[in-house]
Amino acid sequence: MESIISIRNLSKTYASGFRALKDINLDIQQGEIFALLGPNGAGKTTLISIICGIVTPGEGSVTVNGHDILTEFRASRSMIGLVPQELATATFESVEATMSFSRGLFGKPPNPAHIEKVLRDLSLWDRRKDRIINLSGGMKRRVLIAKALAHQPQVLFLDEPTAGVDVEQRRDMWAMVRGLRDTGVTVILTTHYIEEAEEMADRIGIINDGEISVIEEKSVLMNKLGKKQLQLTLQKSLTAVPAELADYSLELQQEGNVLIYTFDTQKEHTGISELLRQLGKLGIDFKDLHSSQSSLEDIFVSLVSDKA
Amino acid sequence: MNFYGIRAIYIFEMSRTWRTLMESIASPILTTSLYFIVFGAAIGSRMGEIDGISYASFIIPGLLMLSLLGESISNASFGIYFPKFSGTIYEVLSAPVSPFEVVIGYVGAAATKSLIIGLLILATARLFVDYEIMHPLWMVSFLLLTAVTFSLFGFIIGLWADDFQKLQIIPMMVITPLTFLGGAFYSISMLPPFWQKVTLFNPVVYLISGLRWSFYGVSDVKVGISMVMILVFMLLCMLSVWWIFKTGYRLKD
Ligand SMILES: Nc1ncnc2c1ncn2[C@@H]1O[C@H](COP(=O)(O)OP(=O)(O)OP(=O)(O)O)[C@@H](O)[C@H]1O
Ligand SMILES: [Mg+2]
Repeated sequence: MESIISIRNLSKTYASGFRALKDINLDIQQGEIFALLGPNGAGKTTLISIICGIVTPGEGSVTVNGHDILTEFRASRSMIGLVPQELATATFESVEATMSFSRGLFGKPPNPAHIEKVLRDLSLWDRRKDRIINLSGGMKRRVLIAKALAHQPQVLFLDEPTAGVDVEQRRDMWAMVRGLRDTGVTVILTTHYIEEAEEMADRIGIINDGEISVIEEKSVLMNKLGKKQLQLTLQKSLTAVPAELADYSLELQQEGNVLIYTFDTQKEHTGISELLRQLGKLGIDFKDLHSSQSSLEDIFVSLVSDKA
Repeated sequence: MNFYGIRAIYIFEMSRTWRTLMESIASPILTTSLYFIVFGAAIGSRMGEIDGISYASFIIPGLLMLSLLGESISNASFGIYFPKFSGTIYEVLSAPVSPFEVVIGYVGAAATKSLIIGLLILATARLFVDYEIMHPLWMVSFLLLTAVTFSLFGFIIGLWADDFQKLQIIPMMVITPLTFLGGAFYSISMLPPFWQKVTLFNPVVYLISGLRWSFYGVSDVKVGISMVMILVFMLLCMLSVWWIFKTGYRLKD
């Protein structure tokens, strides 16, 4: 895999003196969907804004397909489409007009067929003559996406694309993003919805306090950090975890009716069979058992709170 | 050169003009008509000729300049201020357009609009006064250069302003006084000698004088000097814009 965006030792200090990015190194692979996760104020928007040319970088360098974002800004920016976090749209223009504007701005000759396709994909075709001011918030967000796609970018940045978009539209949007990836477009998205990253991303980066703490394949990340839990619903409730089982990380829940065993999927021995044998010896019967894996959300929360 | 980019900005800005055409045209035309009624007909009839020109005719170039300056500044400053204010500027900043191309798009549209209004004012003046234009080519050059220069100036104000108040304060506090004291309604030679000297520091004097020369062949300062002054001012504006984009001043953090 070739990297389409390379970020080297990038730092950014705002005029206020605030250091929003600290020595970021990141490579985005051609054709992947990369999700950038992080709490409010982590520096996600700052990072994206620098790559797209909206915020001036501090130290370090960024290249897009080998083109430096400062010295070869035309080549690098032509490849990029950006959907900003803020809902900023030219209110009095029609949807159609604002898309033609976007396409022209990026140096492309008019192409009504492409515009129509994008508008249809985003269920905006029927509203193309409407002034943007008359659209709902979720529709405005889709107009921003349409604008970003108007010039057929190779790289698409989505800064919280689904904030304020209803569930059904969100699914459509995900499908559309996957469709884009299938045509070779690289997608970088930030989101607060972990399910979104879980659903969409090939790789995940976690940024906190201006530093990238984790960059990992999603599946690896979930495996590496994912804890599994085994839930045993007991025949007879217990008042306390028996002393013989003190070596296991066990917890009693629901008034002693449910015994929960947390184990690490990475370990060679999960200890499940030993535990079950022990339980048998102690005469503790159970009527049901099932295991569950922690979600990205749990992982994220634990990572971010570890740092704090 | 990103011609499609320039075109997109120009079309976008002009569509704003067409959308608000009635408001944009009504106000300057009404104001100019009022000037003609008050200064041209009511007061002008009591005034003698200046440099052999009737008072009503004398004030036409000044009034035209007044509108052209005001319109150029307000069109261009609003044109760039509004995207900054609403956040839509992100798209221009992230697009493969150079600062130079952005300026051509915005300033070109602002100048076009103020020229349209200028021509409409000339047509309106015709309803009140019979005037003739001795040097049409010079007139067109003056109008064009003034529209472009002051649209550039307005663009700078729009970039600098971070609230609506600042957007209006320069036209109100600087341009209006300078225009009124720039000889729109009188000849510089009517002032006491000391004030004649002071007045020469007012750039608007050169614009009005030059434009009046293109109409009637009379002027307060030599037409060549007027032309040089406006070119100098244009250059200053261009340098400021260049500096602003180079440093990212008020555009990028
Ligand atoms: N123009 C600015 N001047 C000074 N500080 C800024 C500026 N823009 C952002 N910051 C600060 O930089 C930090 C990172 O902001 P950024 O917008 O990149 O965060 P984010 O990760 O996108 O957050 P969110 O999830 O809320 O969108 C924040 O602490 C913010 O206050
Ligand atoms: Mg953000």
